[in-house]
Amino acid sequence: MNTTVKKHMSANTAEPQWLLDRRTSGSEIYTNLPVPSAKDENWRFASVLSEDIDAFKPASEPEEDAIAYALSHSNLVEDAIAELIFVDDHLVQSKPLPKELIDKGVCFISLNEAIEKHAELLEPYFLKDATRLGSQKYFGLHASNVKAGAVLYVPKGVEIDQPITVYHWSNREKGLICPHTLIIAEAQSKVSLIDVLASTTQDNQSLNISVSNIQAHPSANVYRKVIQNFNAKTLSFQLDSAIADKDTQLENIAINLGAAKARYENQIKINGSGAHVTMYSLSVAEETQEFDQRTFQTHNAPNAVSDLLYKNALFDTSRTIFSGLIQVEEGAQQTDAYQTNRNLLLDQRADANALPGLEILANDVKCSHGATTGNIDKDELFYMLSRGIPHRVAMQLIVLGFFEEIIEKLGSDSLAENIRKLLEEKFASKIKS
Amino acid sequence: MSESIINEQKEAIEVDYEKGNFSFPEDYTYDAGTGLNEETVAYISKVKNEAEWIKEFRLKALEIFNKKPMPTHWASKDLENIVFDNIRYYLSKGQKPSRTWDEVPDDVKETFERLGIPEQERKFLAGVEAQFDSEAAYSRMKEDLEKEGVIFVGSTEGLDKYPEIFRPYFGKVIPSADNKFSALNSAVFSGGSFIYVPKGVKLKQPLQAYFRINAENFGQFERTLIIADEGAEITYMEGCTAPKFETATLHSAVVELVALKNAKIQYITVQNWSNNVFNLVTKRAHAEENAEVKWIDCNIGSRLTMKYPGVVLKGRKARGEVLSIALANDGQHQDTGAKMIHLADETSSNIISKSISIGEGRSTYRGQVHMPKHLKNCKNNTECDALLINTNSRTDTYPAITTRGEGNTVQHEASVSKVSAEQIFYMMQRGLSEGEAMSLAVNGFVNDLLKAFPMEYSVELKRLIDMEMEGSVG
Repeated sequence: MNTTVKKHMSANTAEPQWLLDRRTSGSEIYTNLPVPSAKDENWRFASVLSEDIDAFKPASEPEEDAIAYALSHSNLVEDAIAELIFVDDHLVQSKPLPKELIDKGVCFISLNEAIEKHAELLEPYFLKDATRLGSQKYFGLHASNVKAGAVLYVPKGVEIDQPITVYHWSNREKGLICPHTLIIAEAQSKVSLIDVLASTTQDNQSLNISVSNIQAHPSANVYRKVIQNFNAKTLSFQLDSAIADKDTQLENIAINLGAAKARYENQIKINGSGAHVTMYSLSVAEETQEFDQRTFQTHNAPNAVSDLLYKNALFDTSRTIFSGLIQVEEGAQQTDAYQTNRNLLLDQRADANALPGLEILANDVKCSHGATTGNIDKDELFYMLSRGIPHRVAMQLIVLGFFEEIIEKLGSDSLAENIRKLLEEKFASKIKS
Repeated sequence: MSESIINEQKEAIEVDYEKGNFSFPEDYTYDAGTGLNEETVAYISKVKNEAEWIKEFRLKALEIFNKKPMPTHWASKDLENIVFDNIRYYLSKGQKPSRTWDEVPDDVKETFERLGIPEQERKFLAGVEAQFDSEAAYSRMKEDLEKEGVIFVGSTEGLDKYPEIFRPYFGKVIPSADNKFSALNSAVFSGGSFIYVPKGVKLKQPLQAYFRINAENFGQFERTLIIADEGAEITYMEGCTAPKFETATLHSAVVELVALKNAKIQYITVQNWSNNVFNLVTKRAHAEENAEVKWIDCNIGSRLTMKYPGVVLKGRKARGEVLSIALANDGQHQDTGAKMIHLADETSSNIISKSISIGEGRSTYRGQVHMPKHLKNCKNNTECDALLINTNSRTDTYPAITTRGEGNTVQHEASVSKVSAEQIFYMMQRGLSEGEAMSLAVNGFVNDLLKAFPMEYSVELKRLIDMEMEGSVG
């Protein structure tokens, strides 16, 4: 048992036995599994992780400056109905739900509070399964350390239109953060949650291992967006999974802008017929950034739809890896499953890898995948130049246009506008006249 | 869908293996016994009277083979069922390749007769190199081809008589260490074709070889090397049928193609192994400046086929193409695909793969497209279409695409479908039985690729798919 687990036990004796067991087993998994190598199909094309993961430790409470910075910059989502803000896994501010939602039984609280008050609610889901996409080792590290995050429970039939937001800021040098998001949406409920991951400094290197888990019960509508904008030194693993039951609507959007190396895993299991799942992602890679994206769409039930679209723009010597798999199990007839990866190379040194996979065990299905990689269309550029638009502006317009398809799916004008601004900032230094 | 209809459909797509299901008393002059060790390899080398360097090449390959693990971390676990100790690695009638038809033993002739190589047809073929077990049993070339300097011989003869031509390329396109099965082949190879087409010589008619396996537990390890010198053009065809046996048989060939500047090579395979054969083949080509290499591949039958023809595009404006059709039936796994390695500017590649899975058959597309960073204006297009016939049929697609550089474009598309109920209904309304309708739909699915095959083969293929229909009418 490692020291962090011991600390948890002594600091918080209120943790139930099942949770302590899961932490212990996580710690064992982390210690026993080898560091993944590129020979593992789940890590194909990924560069070798040379950093010493053990050098990162949970950070002490943030200083006042960092808190102030985090609070003043937690403004990406303007119409949030409730909000939690964490710095280095310490809760620094919370805006609770309005009373009428609390009265209806909606619960949006920090993970610590949930463990203390509603452990029985967490037990069936919390830290139960790692994705099968290759990061079991890091899931183990998360399980043994996790103490921050949000739990959102929406009772049957309750619909919440405005988004709920969680900010996680990384702060100290060599700090480890393990944000956790658990969404339990009961039947016929509707909810939207936005996670924002960012850094308070430009220089402090931290390690993020975040896990999110969505449980969508029959006919629930769940929208989950995650915006990752860490500083350029941070290492990040986002290990997401979701289970979609009968007739659910599940929408995932991932915006990836920051970190030195960011691995994003998203595993969706469709267990009920009639489910409709979408998975969108937008990534802008620059300098030596590496975005490693692994997705898995499993259809265990018939008559369901899943649609994936991952778009990447690559500057400088950056790298992206998209590896996706659609798995249609026997008996999952009338499945519609799609998977598309588009890469826009904006520098000849950039490197885009695509591994779009299909495993189909049912015959009455519509499945397709496509992957394309290319440069800016010279004709499009010429058209704009001939209309008097300066080269730099034209390039920006084309790249923004490339992403517009994803941005407009965000569903909130103010959020979309804020994301466009982030993109423009990133392009400003990249696209030169 | 009722059981009887499913059975009818299955029969409709089933290939009639009985056509190739016959064998003759085993009567082999040389036999290396079962199992593989240094002695087996030395024995093969001795029987073949090989030069010392070839023997060393074989022994080194054996060492690599023993060291390399099975690639089961990505490939089918079924590979573990190959028992290398139960396989005979070499046998031969002790025949030297014959020059005239009269010298060919009668039972061998009969085999060819039943394989459907009519004597008249040979007139149209530039030369027939038919492999019976390990050695070429029949080898003939038209005199005018010989005059033009075309060399078309077996692997042993090629390395023995023309080392100055073949040695520089032998084992260079596919090194022994490329994979476990290329190492195995390099250790025990025998048979196959070595072809050299001199500068500017354009063969109007295809060269052809038929292969058979005719001994239980006997692995066939042929080795083919084709060199098309500058501006030369050649089409090579191979077709395979094998008799049915009780225990698994291993076929592991290595095919190397070298297309020098402006040369064109077209390599056509129609394969119809019985469904206990492991067919693990490594095929790769080098294409120099402005050269063109086209692999046309049709895989029917076998227990497990793993075959990913590749083209290394080494010269400017080189072109590579893979067109493939795979049909997987009950107990069969067609794991096929293509590799396109772009190593020069303005190179282009095209992959079109169509697969049909019937019953519990499984077809897999596995591909690699690689464009490293310094390149300009390369293009790749990949299309994989899969057709699933029954509810428990299976198909997988695993492409790997790496792109860097300037002006390069890559597109990959795959789709999975079944024969639509409307199509079948329409045809049945017009008086076709369901079986016939199904066959017609399947033929339609592969039709545009069939057209790419030369006349003879497209007829043969259509016949193979048509045989399915026989049982289903009525």
